[in-house]
Amino acid sequence: MTIIIALAALGGLTLLLATMLIVANKKLYVYEDPRIDQVEDMLPHANCGACGYPGCRPFAEALVSGNALPGKCTVSSEEGRVAIADFLGVSLGAEEKKVARLACAGGTNVAINRAQYQGLDSCRAAALVSGGGKGCFWGCLGHGDCEVVCDFDAITMNEFGLPVVDLEKCTACGDCVEVCPKDLFSLQPISHQLWVACKNLEHGDAVLEECQVACTACGKCAMDGGDLITMKHNLPVIDYSLNHRTKDPIQRCPTGAIVWLDESGITVKGLESKKVIRKGERGMKRT
Amino acid sequence: MFGTSTNGLTDKLLTFRHGVHPEEYKELSNEKPIERMPFVEEYTLPLLQHIGAPSKPIVQKGQRVKRGERIADAGAYVSVALHSPVDGVVTAIDLFDHPNGQMLPGIKIKADSFSTQQLDQPIPKQPEDMDLDEFVEAVQQAGIVGLGGAAFPAHVKFKIPEGKECRYLMLNGCECEPFLTCDHRVMVEYAEALIDGVAILQGFIQAEKVYIAIEANKPDAVMALREASKDKYPVEVVPLQVKYPQGAEKMMISAILGKEVPAGKLPIDLGVLVSNVGTIVALSQYFRQGQALFERVMTVTGPAVRRPSNVLVPIGTSMREVVEFCGGITDEAVRILLGGPMMGVVQKSLDTPVVKGTSGILVLTQKEVQPFDTYSCIRCGRCLEACPLFINPARLGLLARKGLWEEMEENNALDCFECGACSYVCPSGIPLVQSIRVGKGMIRERKKK
Repeated sequence: MTIIIALAALGGLTLLLATMLIVANKKLYVYEDPRIDQVEDMLPHANCGACGYPGCRPFAEALVSGNALPGKCTVSSEEGRVAIADFLGVSLGAEEKKVARLACAGGTNVAINRAQYQGLDSCRAAALVSGGGKGCFWGCLGHGDCEVVCDFDAITMNEFGLPVVDLEKCTACGDCVEVCPKDLFSLQPISHQLWVACKNLEHGDAVLEECQVACTACGKCAMDGGDLITMKHNLPVIDYSLNHRTKDPIQRCPTGAIVWLDESGITVKGLESKKVIRKGERGMKRT
Repeated sequence: MFGTSTNGLTDKLLTFRHGVHPEEYKELSNEKPIERMPFVEEYTLPLLQHIGAPSKPIVQKGQRVKRGERIADAGAYVSVALHSPVDGVVTAIDLFDHPNGQMLPGIKIKADSFSTQQLDQPIPKQPEDMDLDEFVEAVQQAGIVGLGGAAFPAHVKFKIPEGKECRYLMLNGCECEPFLTCDHRVMVEYAEALIDGVAILQGFIQAEKVYIAIEANKPDAVMALREASKDKYPVEVVPLQVKYPQGAEKMMISAILGKEVPAGKLPIDLGVLVSNVGTIVALSQYFRQGQALFERVMTVTGPAVRRPSNVLVPIGTSMREVVEFCGGITDEAVRILLGGPMMGVVQKSLDTPVVKGTSGILVLTQKEVQPFDTYSCIRCGRCLEACPLFINPARLGLLARKGLWEEMEENNALDCFECGACSYVCPSGIPLVQSIRVGKGMIRERKKK
């Protein structure tokens, strides 16, 4: 008899709870577009944040709700983006590919150190000690924090301690921009090929003692370039909204601080700029 | 309260818990009287010599300035004015090397030859005739900042926020950093000005009790201040145990009052106002002699300095000139620090100017700066026993090297004031405090976004 009561009680309770669950499922159901899962599967799962959303899932939600277009995902291949656009029946929203560009050209072959840094092998740590050992306060410290932080292996340090960005692999996720203590990286549309590779705010030829490719703020580039280039805080500023497909300014730069970045990643300097052929380090100046 | 012996120096001394005791090296300069540095040819005055907004220049290139004349106004509320240390001509307003390693705007003044030390400035309105707001503004106009090292504008501290009261005024003469002796000499030689400064400040904040905290390795300063305050102004001179970082304000409060300043709070939340002794002397010098803050006492010392000394240096003098005045440096010099060996800032060259927060120039030889090899953490816990704030440096260092900034914040990284006791005791030579500084920088940057 006891066992029957127990079974009946438990059975009754099961039925009651099951009914509650069924009712709750009907009443409290939240509709989720099944396409979100499908779109998420089509995304690269890098969760890099380059699209401006916290990860691939929120981006997929935005895509399905129509708040974003597939072109925003710079990590996907062209085919992948087209596939998503076709699947959702939206336009691709092709955005121009962006890449990280470094505003410094002062490798160890052209820039001097004023002190030898000892301590944690990291740019951020070195920057805390009197701004690092480099002669130029604004320049790249070369400990490679950007190389470490890059999830896509797009950054490698060259033999002169400067990061080189692989334009193919770079997805413009912005991690290097965040990590650089000197704020040398910025995300630029790949058509911004005319480039000021210097952030030094000093003026005059004394700058060249610290770095041979620094901008001396001579202003030659701005003189007959119309509105394309203006000098601000001792540095040329390029107005990319104007026609910037001209290589002329690099020909006027005496130090090679303004360069033309080739599609294949080769840096073109003007004919007037000093040639730097030194392969070794410039070393340290003791003061 | 502090024992029964006559000077209190032989009893069990008050202190905080944890901390370290590095070798003091104060004997190099602690008996050298303060010397006045003669004028040099040029002075470079950075506009940012304090915590807060930079000052705004009010002079032009080519303009003639007098010693003690204001050349820049405060740029904001948390900012102070700047004064010329010398008669001369402004030759440039440009970017100059700053002791913090940056290139920052500054004013360059070429000194007149044969200019004199005579100060031709009027005596300001006396504090006895002022109300608090006038006083706070006068202190800002006088360019007075905390001279302990951080250079926080003094007037901001003196303006007690509404709803808070200041019950204890504590003057910090601990000088717990090894090598430095400038506060020591100031207390011995300017004891009367210091007591006068206390009286001026007390006229406004009316604290119940005034303490002057001094580490027990400066018995002459203790005696000098007791002598000077007798029959003048009632202060209690408290000798504290010699331990690093005794001079950190939170540690000093814990030693004297036995109370802890909670994380993220300021001493004023406990009703305490802490000020460096040099700052109070500057207060007296301004109100009684009309001399704004344009010179300071600093220690030039270290095994590689030929003649370690305490020098009264006009702000803006190049370090090279100051070191030359002290006999120059020997060929063995390998590292130059501004401040003490524990928290000082490494310099890339001697061509940077003395600023208001410069308490000393320390030049070390290879023997002292021999780099350690870094090994893995052996979990000995010495850093935990050294940390005066009871946070866990080993854990924070590990998190910093792994880039786990949120976890660092949860482990109270932002409370760390970077005294360096953890790095000092680490037997594995791990640069703990440097890792924590990196982490603190990242946490702050991410918060801004």
